[in-house]
Amino acid sequence: MKKTMTAIALAMAVATPAMADLVVPNLSYRTGPYAPNGIPYADGFNDYFTLLNERDGGIGGELVRVPECETAYNTEKGVECYESTKGDGALVFNPLSTGITYQLIPKVTADGITLYTPGYGRTSAANGKIFEWVFNYPANYWDGASVAVKHLLDENGGDLSGKKIALVYHNSAYGKEPIRTLQELSAKHGFELVEIPVDHPGQEQKSQWLQIRRDKPDYVLMWGWGVMNAVAIQEAVNIRYPMDHFIGVWWSGSENDVIPAGEGANGYKAIGFHGTGADYPVYGDLKQYVYDAGKAAGDGSNPGNVLYSRGMYAAMIISEAIRKGQEIAGHSAVNAAEVREGFENLNLTQERLTELGLPGFAQPIEATCADHGGPGSAMIFQWDAAASTWNQASDWITADSEVLDPLIAEDSAAFAAENNIAERCN
Amino acid sequence: MPDQLLYAIEAGLNGLMAGVLYALVALGFVLIFKASGIFNYAQGVLALFAALTLVGFQNGQIPFAHLINAIFGTDLHTFGWQLPAIVAIVLAAGVMVILSIIIERYVLKHLVNQAPIILFMATIGLAYFLEGLGDIMWGADIKKLDVGLPQGINETIDTVTYNAFGYGFFIDNLDIVASVVAALLVISLTIFSQYSKQGRALRAVADDHQAALSVGISLRFIWVLVWSIAGFVALVAGIMWGSKSGVQFSLSLIALKALPVLMLGGFTSIPGAIVGGLIIGMGEKLFEFFVGPMIGGATENWFAYVLALLFLVFRPQGLFGEKIIERV
Repeated sequence: MKKTMTAIALAMAVATPAMADLVVPNLSYRTGPYAPNGIPYADGFNDYFTLLNERDGGIGGELVRVPECETAYNTEKGVECYESTKGDGALVFNPLSTGITYQLIPKVTADGITLYTPGYGRTSAANGKIFEWVFNYPANYWDGASVAVKHLLDENGGDLSGKKIALVYHNSAYGKEPIRTLQELSAKHGFELVEIPVDHPGQEQKSQWLQIRRDKPDYVLMWGWGVMNAVAIQEAVNIRYPMDHFIGVWWSGSENDVIPAGEGANGYKAIGFHGTGADYPVYGDLKQYVYDAGKAAGDGSNPGNVLYSRGMYAAMIISEAIRKGQEIAGHSAVNAAEVREGFENLNLTQERLTELGLPGFAQPIEATCADHGGPGSAMIFQWDAAASTWNQASDWITADSEVLDPLIAEDSAAFAAENNIAERCN
Repeated sequence: MPDQLLYAIEAGLNGLMAGVLYALVALGFVLIFKASGIFNYAQGVLALFAALTLVGFQNGQIPFAHLINAIFGTDLHTFGWQLPAIVAIVLAAGVMVILSIIIERYVLKHLVNQAPIILFMATIGLAYFLEGLGDIMWGADIKKLDVGLPQGINETIDTVTYNAFGYGFFIDNLDIVASVVAALLVISLTIFSQYSKQGRALRAVADDHQAALSVGISLRFIWVLVWSIAGFVALVAGIMWGSKSGVQFSLSLIALKALPVLMLGGFTSIPGAIVGGLIIGMGEKLFEFFVGPMIGGATENWFAYVLALLFLVFRPQGLFGEKIIERV
C-alpha cells in the first residue's frame, strides 16, 4: 500500500506541469571583482519584472519568475548557472558577459532557448540568418566603435586623416571585439589606430598610460569593464589627458567608473544606447509598487543610475518580446520557442515606449528574421562631475552599416561554416 | 640622450615605484609566514576589508545598514558625520586589531599543531568570509577614498628632467608617497623586531616555536600581534591601492601581484619583500616597454611570474629566503 501511494505521488509529481510562471533566469554577479557593476544591473532587471508582477499581474496575466543565479562574471560558473536553471522552463537568458555568451551560443541553439545580449556578446549574432536563437539589439560592439568614430568625425569636420586614435581594451574576448571594426574604419578614414591591451583586472595600468603619454594620441577609446575603467580614468587624469578626448564604450560609462577620479573625470565621454536618470514616468510606478512596497532588489540605492537603467532596459525588451510571443501564439503561457518568435517579430515604437513610461529612453526596434541586431544607434554622454550626472552630448548616431554589414556577414558565415549551419530567412 | 633611452628610464623608474606598491602587499604575507608558517591567502582581502572599513568610518556609514533596513524596515544609511582621515585611519587600525584577536580566538587557536596545509585552507575560508562580511557591512558599491594623499604628475621631477633631457619624466605623487611610507614601515618593523621585547619574542617564535614556548613566550599573543601588524600593513596597502582605483572588491586581487614578489624575495624576509617588489616592478615594466609592442602587449601579469620562476631555478628559497636543510 505504502509503495502504491508513493508510486502515485511520484507519478502525480512527474505528470504535474512545471509552474505556469514565465521563467526568466537572471544570471547575475553580486560577488567578486565585478560586483559593483553586476549589482545595479541585476537590481534594475529584477525591479522591472517585480513592477510588472505587482502592477499588472505579470505579462498577459502570467506572473514572471526571475530565479537568480550567481556567476561572479566567471564563464564556468555562468555555464553552470545556465545548466541549472534551463530545466526550470527558462524562456530566455541574459548572462551579462561576453565570455559566457560565447559558451552559451551552441547550447541555446541545441536547447531551443533564446539568448538575449543587448550591447554585448558575439557581434555577428546580429545576423539572424545564421544565429536563430541569439538577439543582440539595439546595438553591438561594432556599432559602438562606429558611433565613436562618427562622433569624432563630427568633431573634426568629417576628416580624421592623420589623426591617431588609441584603443585601450580589456584583454579578453569582450575587449578585442571592436578591433577589427576599428581597423576597417582606420583604413576608410585614414586615422592611425594604436591598440593597447590591459590584462584582467586592470588594477595596474602604468605602462599603458606612459605609452599614451609618449605617443600622444588625439583620442583614446576604451573598451573596459570593472576596476579597469576607474583606474584608466584616474591614470588619464594623472597624465593630464584631456577628458573630452577620452571616450568609453557603454560598459565603460557608468557612475562607478568616474566617481573614484572625482573632479578629474569631468568631461569624460561615454557611448550609450539608452537614457539614464530617474525622471522617466515609469519611476513613479516603480516607487509605488516596488520601492515603497519594500520589494526593491538590493539596497535600493541604484535606481536611475546607468547600469540600473541598462538592467531595466534588458527586462523591458524581454517583457515586450514575451508579450509579442503571447500575441503571436494566441495564449499567455508561452514556451521558449514562442518567445523566440516574439523576439524576432518585436516592433518597439516610440509610442509603445511612451506607454511603458519610458518616452525617448531608447531607439525603436523593428526586428526581422534576418535582423537580430536592431538599429545600431547610440548617443554620446558626458560626465558632469560637479552635478554627478551624465549629460547627453549628441543626438542618436547611427553606425556605419557600409563597413559593418560586410564584417557581420563574413564573421557569421565563418561561424555557419564551422558549425554546419544552413542560412535561414531566404 | 636618445628618446628610447629616456623612455626606458622613465618606464624603469615607474616600475620601481609600482614595485614598492607590490612590496607593501607582500610585506603582510611575509610577516605572518615568518611568525607562524602560515601562507595567509586572506591578505588581499584583509587589505580590502581595511580600506572598506576606513572609508565607511570616514563617511559615517552605518555598518550593516542594508541588513538592518531589510530586517527592521528602517531607512538607515549614515550617521551624518564625516570623520577626519587620521581619525578614520586610527579607528580602522583598531578594527584590524580586534579582527586579529577574533581570528586568533576562533580560527587559529583551534588549529595549533595542525599541518601547514590545514592552516592555509583556514585562511582560504577566512578570505571568503571576510569578503562577504565586508559586503554586508559596507556594501559592494565603489567608494572614493580620499585621505589627502597627493596624486598626479610630480611637477618638480617633470620640470627638472625636461630641463635636463628635453623630456619630462612622469612620476606619480602617490607612488612617491607610497615609497616613503613603505620605507618608514620597513624601518619601523626592523626597529620593532630588533629592539623591542615583543619584537624579539616574535623573532624567537619565528626561529623555533617549541623553544620559544619553553621560555614562556605566549604563542597566542604573538599570533595576535603579528596578525595585527599584518592587518595594519594591509590597511596601508589598501589606502595606497584604493586611492588609485577607488575601494571596490577587486582590491583583494592585489594579492596576485604579491605572489611573484614573494617567490622572488622569499617568504621569510622583510628586505626580500622590498627587493623582490622592486625587481618585479622594474622587470615587468621594462619587459613591457621593450618586448610588449612586439608580442601584442599586456605582458606584465605573466612576465612577473616568469621572472620569479627564473630566479627560483637558481635560488629555490628565493633571494632572501631561509634555506631549509632536512637531514634524514
